[in-house]
Amino acid sequence: MMALAFHLQVVNLLAALLLLISFAMLSQRRVVGLVTLFAWQGAALAVSTAIVAGTTGQYHLYYSAALTFGLKVIAMPWYFYRLVRKLDVNRVVEPLINIPTTMLIGILLVIFAFNLALPISEMSGTVTRSTLGIAIACVLLAFLMMITRTKAIPQVIGFLSMENGLFFAATSATYGMPLVVELGVALDVLVGVFVLGIFIFQIRETFDSLDLKHMEKLKEK
Amino acid sequence: MSTGILLQAAQTLLAILLAPLLMGWVNQCRAWLQGRSAPSIVQPYRALRKLFHKDAVLAHDASPLFRFAPYMVFASMALAAGIVPTLANDLPFSPAADVIALVGIFALARVFLALAAMDIGTAFGTLGARREMLVSFLAEPALLMVFFTASLISQSTALPVIVATLAHKAFAIHPSLAFAAVAFWMISLAENARIPVDNPTTHLELTMIHEAMVLEYSARHLALIEWATAVKLFTYSALGIALFVPWGIAAQGDVAALPLALAAMVAKLAAGGAALSLLEAVSAKVRLFRVPEFLGTAFLLAVLGMLIHFLLEA
Amino acid sequence: MELFWLLGIPLAGGVFLALWGCRRNAPEINALFSFLTLAVASLLTARIVESGPMVVGDGWFFIDSFNVFLVALTALVAFTTALFSRPYMRIEQEHGRLNAARLRLYHASYQIFIGAMLLALTTNNMGILWVAMEAATLATVLLVSLYRTPASLEAAWKYFILCGVGIALALFGTILLYFAAEKVLGPGGTALLWTHLNGVKAQLEPTVLSLAFVFLLVGYGTKVGLAPLHSWLPDAHAEGPTPVSAVLSGLLLNVALYAVMRSKVLVDGALGTDMAGSLMMGFGLLSVVLAAFLIKRQTDVKRMFAYSSIEHMGLITFAFGMGGAVANFAGLLHMTMHSLTKSAIFFAVGHATQKAGTQLMDDIRGLIRTNPTLGWGLMLGTIAILGVPPFGVFASEFLIITTAMHEHPWATPFLLLALGVAFAAIFGKVQPMVFGETGLPRLPHQPAQTPVFLHLGLVLMLGLFIPPYLAAWYRQAAHLLGG
Repeated sequence: MMALAFHLQVVNLLAALLLLISFAMLSQRRVVGLVTLFAWQGAALAVSTAIVAGTTGQYHLYYSAALTFGLKVIAMPWYFYRLVRKLDVNRVVEPLINIPTTMLIGILLVIFAFNLALPISEMSGTVTRSTLGIAIACVLLAFLMMITRTKAIPQVIGFLSMENGLFFAATSATYGMPLVVELGVALDVLVGVFVLGIFIFQIRETFDSLDLKHMEKLKEK
Repeated sequence: MSTGILLQAAQTLLAILLAPLLMGWVNQCRAWLQGRSAPSIVQPYRALRKLFHKDAVLAHDASPLFRFAPYMVFASMALAAGIVPTLANDLPFSPAADVIALVGIFALARVFLALAAMDIGTAFGTLGARREMLVSFLAEPALLMVFFTASLISQSTALPVIVATLAHKAFAIHPSLAFAAVAFWMISLAENARIPVDNPTTHLELTMIHEAMVLEYSARHLALIEWATAVKLFTYSALGIALFVPWGIAAQGDVAALPLALAAMVAKLAAGGAALSLLEAVSAKVRLFRVPEFLGTAFLLAVLGMLIHFLLEA
Repeated sequence: MELFWLLGIPLAGGVFLALWGCRRNAPEINALFSFLTLAVASLLTARIVESGPMVVGDGWFFIDSFNVFLVALTALVAFTTALFSRPYMRIEQEHGRLNAARLRLYHASYQIFIGAMLLALTTNNMGILWVAMEAATLATVLLVSLYRTPASLEAAWKYFILCGVGIALALFGTILLYFAAEKVLGPGGTALLWTHLNGVKAQLEPTVLSLAFVFLLVGYGTKVGLAPLHSWLPDAHAEGPTPVSAVLSGLLLNVALYAVMRSKVLVDGALGTDMAGSLMMGFGLLSVVLAAFLIKRQTDVKRMFAYSSIEHMGLITFAFGMGGAVANFAGLLHMTMHSLTKSAIFFAVGHATQKAGTQLMDDIRGLIRTNPTLGWGLMLGTIAILGVPPFGVFASEFLIITTAMHEHPWATPFLLLALGVAFAAIFGKVQPMVFGETGLPRLPHQPAQTPVFLHLGLVLMLGLFIPPYLAAWYRQAAHLLGG
């Protein structure tokens, strides 16, 4: 138990922090707070990836870390802040399910994720394998956030945070995907956010609000 | 053995006697932070002395329970102060209760206080008791979770073992312990009726919790309760220190280390009190219906700490 | 070399059309690029038929008879849809539902979408496959919301979020796949190459792979439109422009299923059980039954045919789930038939709704009067998709059901019931649309008839007679799927 090197302890700490940020996002009522948390999540992810890159000699992970930092800590939060300011949507919004209940569901999801990850991480040879459970938990929590939010921007942030979790899973289980794939994924995410930006303006123009409750016309009768 | 008993007595007495000083220190810091001229640090002692000299007034309908409760509350707190290691570890009293029983001792005091509050049948007393029970019902499981996390690391629920394990091993980052520490901090705020859960200085009927319960007490009864409150704060602080930053505590029978332990403890308590007052100065009291959320977060953090322990540190 | 052109042409087309903008003949240029793509795809197909599977570009691309068949199908339907959209989008513009800027977006995205699908089909790398699938989704999100009506925005949002979640699950599946592969093939780019994976599939860790397959199936299955994650599909089909509905239904669903099948081959090899097949059968059957009963309740014609797409994709998934030479053959055949027929139906429906100014079936009447060819096109298409002989859908459905009777008799009643319900519902609703009374005048524009009848003609031909080389080709592809 004491054999863990110091940098790995830091990685573990960052992993725990990621999980904590995921929960904080679940409980955050303001959009701006959500964006800030998302930026912090990206930062924790980038730092932990860089540490893993440095200690394992997987130098391509440096690129991923830089990519994460550039996209998810600087570019996207900046874009979201601008969007929120422009559209003036930073109000307190109660989620669909009240927050303590969401938290309890979140804890159950974490337990589920840890159990799911256990057999996989036992097979893994990476030094960071134990964080796989946290990665899966982050994915599930982001998923939960997407379900419980009724506003457009929080849903998108949930989606991106899910991507963060997946990225972390890739780092902890296999030291990341091949670089080409990672670049492709990053490109897709970037284009996705761009498309969504356009889209959010369209929604705003048409509905005069970003509340997705207006968008419940298409249902099975 | 005899040094042990001596030390035990000294530690318990010290805790009980120093407790109002800690209270005074917190109040002083807070006054500074709020830009007021601060009351003297020994102000709580003066208040206690004044109360002890007054004549007690009892309500007509008060049952013996009402009179008995302050002694019970004070005794429970004194016992707790004796169990939690502050100066030296593994004293003769320590085996009396492990962390779970410690939670029970706190609960005992609370039950008596709540019963006494309802005893005289005023609206405020009942209201306060009800709110107190709401808070504790949420805080207790969270507190237990914190203790579980700490005891998972040291494989024991006995306080001396936990403290010894954490104090004497090589430095390692325990994310789980960090989570537990934050959770413990939040629970302490709630349990000690501090901002943001309760405001110890207000008697505003809409918001008060603890003060509503003791509204009917006067003189020596009130003094005992106030003192017990101070001891409780002291015990919680000592407990937090013992669990999360135990460095410097004297091992069993190590008399030579005592001066250092005393200095370390005073420094840590002073820092903790300052941090507490800072927190109270910058944050606002949350509305009562948000308290479950606050404590829910504490519970969540504690559970997360435990889960993370299983995942990362097991 | 063909491959370079195959991927390069749509990409260049997308860029060119984005720059060219809304000048007069943008639709023709769109069709031209699609035609070039089709030409290259035919060349590539001829080459594969002649010389067998090939790996190109340092192993990054892999083409065998399974995906070349889908490449050809994609290029064909993309071309005919481009032909159809030429007059269709002009009329929409005249009606004022679209402006020039949106038309530019439409043309550029269309080419990018086709390019992304072709990349997904030809790549050898499971990671790039994911990237291309996501790119295809992104290219179509703004197409679904092209009209900017509240309903279309809602549909596009649902499409994006649901498919986004689905595709995120698929990414996790891909990560798990890489995790298993890395142990055998070592780290680096080669561990996700399908050909490499296929070579060592027996050594891959079975537990990890089965978990990976669950994620991949649910993830890509969302895009296939498998129940219970199908709810984006009817909305996106109903609210987007009709050419987009046609390519979504006819092509994107196939490509998503292709991704599932590529994974299934690996998992089957690693597990040696039919876990993957059973899962696919379950999801497929559920989709067939659910869609059939939902068809009954539809009032919107495009929505109804969208549900019919779910039904047919479910049927194909079921067929592939059963596995074996005959079922795979039938599945591939049905894939072709469904693509051709469903896009033909959407072409006809597109013109019909444009003329009636509504998508509500109750308000569309008497197509046979106002435009006989259109009426017949819709009627024949409907008959074809419902599996009436002599159309090809009958042949493939017949094969699927007989195989099911033989190997999984318990499933047959469900299938027959669902097909029956769907038949009654669709036929009952389309019949008055075609033959009912109407007071509407004839259509001013001559609709694009060629694509409709070209598709239906092909379906009819394949129903009556499958040329031996084509049959051989299908058999080869079926064999690749583990027949």
